[in-house]
Amino acid sequence: MAKRIEDLKVIENKRLTNDFFILKLLSGSKLPDLKPGQFAQVKVEGSSETFLRRPISIHDVDFELNTFKLLVQEVGKGTKTLSKLEKGSLLNLIYPLGNSFSLPDKNEHILLVGGGCGVAPLLYLGKYLKSNGYTPDVLLGFRNSERILEYEEYLKIGEVFLTTEDGSSGETGYVTNHSVLLSRRFDRVYCCGPDSMMKAIARYCNKNNVACEVSLENLMACGIGACLCCVVDTISGHRCTCTDGPVFNIKELKW
Amino acid sequence: MVNLGFSIGDLHFKNPVLTASGTFGYGSEFEDFFDISKLGGIIVKGTTLEPREGNPYPRMAETPSGMLNAVGLQNKGIDYFEKVIYPKISLYDTNVLLNVNGSCIDDYVAISERANFLEKIPAIELNISCPNVKKGGMIFGTNLSSAREVTRAVRSVCKKKLIVKLSPNVTNIVDFARIVEQEGADSISLINTLLGMSVDIKKMKPALSTITGGLSGPAVKPVAIRMVWQVSQAVKIPVIGIGGIMTADDALEFLLAGASAVQIGTASFINPLSSVQIVDGIENYLNEKGFSDISEIVGYINRKA
Repeated sequence: MAKRIEDLKVIENKRLTNDFFILKLLSGSKLPDLKPGQFAQVKVEGSSETFLRRPISIHDVDFELNTFKLLVQEVGKGTKTLSKLEKGSLLNLIYPLGNSFSLPDKNEHILLVGGGCGVAPLLYLGKYLKSNGYTPDVLLGFRNSERILEYEEYLKIGEVFLTTEDGSSGETGYVTNHSVLLSRRFDRVYCCGPDSMMKAIARYCNKNNVACEVSLENLMACGIGACLCCVVDTISGHRCTCTDGPVFNIKELKW
Repeated sequence: MVNLGFSIGDLHFKNPVLTASGTFGYGSEFEDFFDISKLGGIIVKGTTLEPREGNPYPRMAETPSGMLNAVGLQNKGIDYFEKVIYPKISLYDTNVLLNVNGSCIDDYVAISERANFLEKIPAIELNISCPNVKKGGMIFGTNLSSAREVTRAVRSVCKKKLIVKLSPNVTNIVDFARIVEQEGADSISLINTLLGMSVDIKKMKPALSTITGGLSGPAVKPVAIRMVWQVSQAVKIPVIGIGGIMTADDALEFLLAGASAVQIGTASFINPLSSVQIVDGIENYLNEKGFSDISEIVGYINRKA
């Protein structure tokens, strides 16, 4: 599957919360095969301080209309510039990049776990699983009720369980505190979120003998395996998050 | 038809645009984007005798108009290169150069001897300027007698064209250029990265695991051009300019200042097509200015009217 560099048209820039927004992009040609877990390297124009591209995961895809969405958190100058993109402007992307989540075995009970911005790749994964006959449960964690992202969208995938750190929605605490982890037995977990959250979920999975894949978010320059900046320590040495990942089985990681 | 070719001795390059070591992988990473054979040459990832894991993460930090890296020569070693990479990379219809590294002179010599047997590798680039390894690297490139010693030792065994890549982290780079020329280098490439540092104020600690790293990108370009200008007037061998070249205009600055060729580095991370676009841009410039040969503009700014 060939990577491409393309100017895509921004057809929607929707604000979700104070610091999250969604860019909907239209390709001028047929979309390549985009797999759940893959990402794009997004060029940010007009600032010497955003010299490098920004790696952002594919949030949702519509192959019929040749559009896809990026869920972006405003964390610095680069993402702030992206947040101000107007409808009709062009955005230069290198995509699709990275590996993808592996498909579960038949009849497996699946849980998707996302925290904050980490929910981004899980929507496309969930929809993909659903269209392939799976009914995953979804566990999402946010700081508070005002920061909940796309709750209704995840409801379309399966049963959704919520935690907030302040208890303003769902159960109080972190995702790892949620009662569903005790009340149900899962065969496979797909997880994306802050490192501390993924490590806690990895501990849960290792303890309960549950298969688990996590999507990492290391700092990277090129995104195509040339610079070797984004490495993660694995049982087979340093491996690139951009090409060997971003999705890793937790058994490969030295966590 | 403009002649874009340049030569190091009897080694001909179809155009003056090469990709810098450590920024272009082994070429295959860029195959989806363009035909690698359109380049003047590619210089592969810095290679050592033994496999190396490089430095711990984090080893990159974005900086204004540039980036710091502290990769630390992660590579799978010369055996892997010979067995796995070389058979594929030697199929490109361009010059493929090996960037050689070591912790001590014996390492540099041993790897250069191995390179002698790689028929499709016409030249090696001696990296005495990597700022991100504890042993070797920049230590050789920032001390005149060490630079002399390692160049002499490698020259005595190397049957290929020998390019020596210089460090900018010295008081007078011209002294180093003269010494490696005296010791038989066929060409000089400069500059490697500038030693730099960045602090993460949220975490209140250095941005890189190694604390210091190598600065690259447009931020270093004026320093690189100045050094190319100085060195190219002090030596007779061809100088290859490196440092923050993002566009053909940038490359032309280096050529006009005295570089016979250029290497494209960090630019490939942001625009994978930059190297091949620079080839086209240089050709357009020569056509527009009415030159028929690239050599007519090399060092143009130094010519007396």
